[in-house]
Amino acid sequence: MNKRFTRILATSVAAAALLGTMGACSKGSSSASSESSKEITMWTHNAGNPAELKAIQDIVDSYNKSSSAKAQIKVQAFPQESYNDSVVSAAASGNLPCIVDIDGPNVPNWAWAKYLTPLNLSTDLSKNLPSTVAKWEDQTYAVGYYDVALAMMARASDLKAAGVRVATIEQPWTKDEFQDALTKLKALGKWDYPLDMGTAGTGEWLPYGYSPFLQSFGGDLINRDGFQSADGALNGDKAIEWAKWFHGLADQGFMATKSGKDSTQDFLNNKSAVLYTGSWAADKAKAAFGDDLVVMPTVDLGTGPKIGGASWQWGVTSGCKNADAAMDYLSFSLKPENLAAVATATGTIPATDDAAALIPAYAKGGANRVFMDFSRNYAVMRPETPAYPFIATEYGKAVQDILAGADPKTALDKAVKAIDANIKSNGGYKS
Amino acid sequence: MKNALQLNSLGTMAIRILFAAVAAFPILFMLISSLKPDQQIFGDMSSVAAFLPIGNISFDNYAAVFDRVPAARFLVNSIGISAVTVVLGIFINSLCAFALSRMQVRGKRVVFTAILATLIVPFQTLALPLVWWVNQLPYFELNGFSLEISKGWLDTYQVQIIPFIANAFSIYLYHQYFESIPKELDEAARIDGAGWFKIYRQVVMPLAGPATATVAILTFLPAWNSYLWPLMVVQSEELRPVMIGIQYFFQLNVSWGEVMAYASLITVPVVVLFIAFQRSFINSIASSGVKG
Repeated sequence: MNKRFTRILATSVAAAALLGTMGACSKGSSSASSESSKEITMWTHNAGNPAELKAIQDIVDSYNKSSSAKAQIKVQAFPQESYNDSVVSAAASGNLPCIVDIDGPNVPNWAWAKYLTPLNLSTDLSKNLPSTVAKWEDQTYAVGYYDVALAMMARASDLKAAGVRVATIEQPWTKDEFQDALTKLKALGKWDYPLDMGTAGTGEWLPYGYSPFLQSFGGDLINRDGFQSADGALNGDKAIEWAKWFHGLADQGFMATKSGKDSTQDFLNNKSAVLYTGSWAADKAKAAFGDDLVVMPTVDLGTGPKIGGASWQWGVTSGCKNADAAMDYLSFSLKPENLAAVATATGTIPATDDAAALIPAYAKGGANRVFMDFSRNYAVMRPETPAYPFIATEYGKAVQDILAGADPKTALDKAVKAIDANIKSNGGYKS
Repeated sequence: MKNALQLNSLGTMAIRILFAAVAAFPILFMLISSLKPDQQIFGDMSSVAAFLPIGNISFDNYAAVFDRVPAARFLVNSIGISAVTVVLGIFINSLCAFALSRMQVRGKRVVFTAILATLIVPFQTLALPLVWWVNQLPYFELNGFSLEISKGWLDTYQVQIIPFIANAFSIYLYHQYFESIPKELDEAARIDGAGWFKIYRQVVMPLAGPATATVAILTFLPAWNSYLWPLMVVQSEELRPVMIGIQYFFQLNVSWGEVMAYASLITVPVVVLFIAFQRSFINSIASSGVKG
């Protein structure tokens, strides 16, 4: 026994020594807190997206090698699901890196929380897609390399068989036409549900995917004049009309209240006739259906088709010790060839026409150019207020309740009450 | 009478098999699915084939896991972090419990109550202040022959270990177990000239094997499953533990075969550890009346 215990104790001492050794040589090589003015750290959400991470790393390598580099940039990648939590805790401990990427709609919140500093770039951003430039209180806080666009996809052969016309950017489907199209497609009897709206989606998909329909009806997530209340916008007549219409799609058997986990794959496997998705699914669908694939704008429910604007963007943190170098890097990274490389790697819409011209699919007449047109014509920025993350959560809950059969007025009133209380408790999110 | 007894034991056996199956099937499904391509996983889902290694079986998903994330590094990190936390946890917590159980110190009841009170505070409420606090601690680093001192423990191994060594539940468990060991043994050892540490080392701890096994498991599990804390305090990929790695698979196209392969890789060590300590674990629960 004595020997046994001595062994345990010896192991403890060895462990302590090991701990010491680990501690002595294991500090992250480039933790944000230890970054020097000659080396600055950049965080990205792309640990689980090797293609985008490589494209970003290539830009960084190219900058680091350039003779005009004002600092060496070090990339640290995080998985997307946990990225925001990592940033928030780093901010709480005063350990933010110099450059961060941010999901566009969160920019005002991070600017309000003083995580970000206004950008001062040498690049002219006036030609960028508006949805790739994030502003709050008249200052630009972030800029993106790309955007994505929502659309309806279908097979031309199915539409023809059902006697439904292909919607175009000049003549999108109206609400009645959409109802008629779904009725005819359902009558073909080929699918359990002719429409797949990705209702299994969670998180940011809910406001990103479904608030454009609300806006097309004439409602909104919040009154954009001052962003102080959602009353009337999110629970007014138009919003209730939207909620009834949305639930009606499920009620009439046009779509499932909970779609499959992978809507694109289901569409490719012919489990749905019309897929509501984004430009990210286009290449896969095109490869599967070739010329039979039609990409259509979303439905005009009263005020024209709408889609969500803004994707991931880059900003500089307010505590950055070498903001000049960070701005210099961001300006460098916005060269058309860099934007084109990232957009090609990610299958997204490049932020500028100059970059688009370098990608055949997005150049004028290219197969994916239509997404750029959708973005220019239909994109509505998610409310540019620091309250957005809270609004998004409450709206998401309301969408799920409405899909599950809750009374639209009750569900939306509940969301409005929570949003207004949140804004009030944060002093109106004034800067 | 004999027939009735046999029937009774057959029935008991059937119920046991049923419970064992309910517990084992998810793990079996995970292991089997990790060997199949996605299409087959979903194809087999509605039949018993989901639990059988039949069809297109390969280790491709495991190869893909090591391609997609630095899984080997994550595993080594988690094994190191968990092992050190367990060993130091056993040492520190047992010493603390020994002092509270055996030494006649004024106010030890108050100290014990205060330690137990920390059990009711969920870690999530402490997490952010703790991040701030560990970022204020001094950090010693050897740079060539000079010792450099900087501020902040973020992005290190020790920040994943040291806050979790002292554990109120482990202290409680050891305390309860030590209380069941007759104090006459201490007195006998004292007569033989033993001091407190010798009594702890040579009398009490050797008799506390089951408690040590339980503490080992109960310390290992949260250390191994740690997710929120490393998410907050570790930024460098080379220092991340295994649980963070699972998120790498939920960006872009989700390959469920790869998810299952990764889940298998991170589950197997826990199952092995439990099987190794199973007997002591059950003994400890039986003798201390504590549920883990």
